[in-house]
Amino acid sequence: MAAVDQYISLWNEHHALVDSNAPEALNSLRGAAAEVLAHNGFPALNEEIYRHSDFEKILSPDYGINIGRVRINVNPAESFRCDVPMLSTSLFLVVNDSFAETSGCRDMLPAGVEIASLAAFARSNPDFVKRYYGSVADISNPIVALNTLFCQDGVVIHVKKGIKVEPTLQIVNIFNNNTPLLAARRVLIVMDEDSEAKVLFCDHTQSPDVDFCSVQVVEIVAAEGSRLDFYDLEESSKRTSRLSSLWLRQLAGSEVLLDSMTLYNGTTRNEFFTRFAGSHARLRMLGMGIEDESRRLDTYSRISHDCPDCSSDELFKYVVDGDAVGSFAGLIYVAEGAVKTEAYQSNRNLVGSDTAKMHSKPQLEIYNDDVKCSHGTAIGQLDENQLFYMMTRGISGEEAKLMLKQAFMSDVIDGVSLPPLRDRLKLMIERRFAGEQTACASCPLPCQN
Amino acid sequence: MLSVKDLHAEIDGKEILRGVNLEVKPGEVHAIMGPNGSGKSTLSMVLAGNPAYSVTSGEVVFMGKDLLEMSPDVRSHEGLFLGFQYPVEIPGVSMVNFMRAAVNAKRKYFGEPPMGATDFLKLMREKRAVVELDNKLASRSVNEGFSGGEKKRNEIFQMAVLEPKLSILDETDSGLDVDALRIVAEGVNKLRTPENSAIVITHYQRLLDYIKPDVIHVLYKGRIVYTGGPELALEIEEKGYDWIKADVDSQDEIKGEA
Repeated sequence: MAAVDQYISLWNEHHALVDSNAPEALNSLRGAAAEVLAHNGFPALNEEIYRHSDFEKILSPDYGINIGRVRINVNPAESFRCDVPMLSTSLFLVVNDSFAETSGCRDMLPAGVEIASLAAFARSNPDFVKRYYGSVADISNPIVALNTLFCQDGVVIHVKKGIKVEPTLQIVNIFNNNTPLLAARRVLIVMDEDSEAKVLFCDHTQSPDVDFCSVQVVEIVAAEGSRLDFYDLEESSKRTSRLSSLWLRQLAGSEVLLDSMTLYNGTTRNEFFTRFAGSHARLRMLGMGIEDESRRLDTYSRISHDCPDCSSDELFKYVVDGDAVGSFAGLIYVAEGAVKTEAYQSNRNLVGSDTAKMHSKPQLEIYNDDVKCSHGTAIGQLDENQLFYMMTRGISGEEAKLMLKQAFMSDVIDGVSLPPLRDRLKLMIERRFAGEQTACASCPLPCQN
Repeated sequence: MLSVKDLHAEIDGKEILRGVNLEVKPGEVHAIMGPNGSGKSTLSMVLAGNPAYSVTSGEVVFMGKDLLEMSPDVRSHEGLFLGFQYPVEIPGVSMVNFMRAAVNAKRKYFGEPPMGATDFLKLMREKRAVVELDNKLASRSVNEGFSGGEKKRNEIFQMAVLEPKLSILDETDSGLDVDALRIVAEGVNKLRTPENSAIVITHYQRLLDYIKPDVIHVLYKGRIVYTGGPELALEIEEKGYDWIKADVDSQDEIKGEA
């Protein structure tokens, strides 16, 4: 039996239950999602953009989906403390597949900012959710289809016209359960004209011996003149799989930073589909992956320049060690009318062992002459001369390697616009490379990554 | 302090050092001169422990211990310092973090706790003064964007911080203008004590005007073929290496015939 069949039969047998526990806006697209999955199945490894993510293997276990919305008796909300707090953050939690209300966090936010449970918001503002839900993500994408089929909750962030949100909005996704679980979380971010916000998502797994699978979709609309910094930090466990598909539509004059950081994980596929739907918009994309043991990280990005005078700048860096496998495939597409496009892409990687693997495929597809574009990739090892130089100053080989790996990530870290977050990340990455059990130090419920 | 006996070393299967003998006593400054390709830099790399070179035979005793057994970091802790001909750039590692790691690694080796922030900054300030190194370089990445002169001054600054017993300065004068040469040489002289020693590798007499050597060696074809007093440098400056080469080559021929 193909892995997709269990999801289709679950849907066929229980669609009434799924629907009854979710708002209409979310239910309305399930039929289309089911059709896509029944027709296409999950992508095979010989499909070009899925070569390094084995959907069949990731999705064949029967994780269990909490479609009945049985309340799982965990309350990490009270004891959870994230180690990335900045000057001021507003912290919100998504436990397994449900938005968990936390007290007090909204008080810091100015009027004109909504951050809420997607399910609750779809009931109170059905027209808003109907308008945006599924409007950016393509339902024929397998992750989007599977997420849409079972999604019952998630997070919605709406920043209204001209509103600038000072504190960083932090959303922590937590897996905590005694039995395996698949969570179909959905994030919807709508930035109205000239609004500004910074958002940080952190993925954690608190039950290291349990298998989890996150199938998540993020949809972002950045309206004219809006500015969004979107950080996504994964610190899950070796037994956590993550299939994440992010969809961004940028209108004229908007500026977006997408920063994807994988410090600890099991098997991860992160997809980014971005599109310029207005001129003079800018996108900066940063990513880092630190992979060791048998962890896997597969990144796919497609940046579509459909409008003139837009710029994109993409930098992804990996350090792969042990038996880890990393892969990066990035396509920059420049349409015929998208003149004066500036698009840069770079993927650089360090391979630290004989058994680690790194795949890299930078791609440019350009259909007009008036552009400035570049792409490049490099896969290499630590520089022997640098190592020797450091050792002649008394620094041990091990420490020198650690410092060089950290230094390798420095330009990705420097791209973080918030100084406190940047400093925090430096420390977390230092601890990560030093092989310390967890990158977070102050949480009373530390993950075992 | 340092005793090198019949040292043979190769890189990529090619023998570069063919039996080097050298004795350096506490407080002495030795200069090693020689034509291009004679093995001067190889000797410094082998003494510092560069893994790209392999020692095929011979022995090196440093402060009564077998130097060749030690990893490069341990050689540093034991008091050996190499000033690089081409200091290596390390983007992303700031000078401050680099020096802190170096200082604390040495302290750890001798069972001492890491140095406090105030003491460390004071030490940096003190030692920068030795070579008039600009404070602004401290926050930059190691050697990245440094001028040629700044790189060489940075080497002497590191030497000042690490307080080695034996410093090997590999063509510290190359790429320096007269003023930079003076600053670097004065820095080296300020760090001289009756106990510590130096091996200065150079092509030219001019560095030796500033750093007065006790002994001068000429390295040629991987061996020290001439040893003399400071006057030897002047002779080389005047006559070049040809007379030494001719001498050695003819002796080799005689040996070959015998």
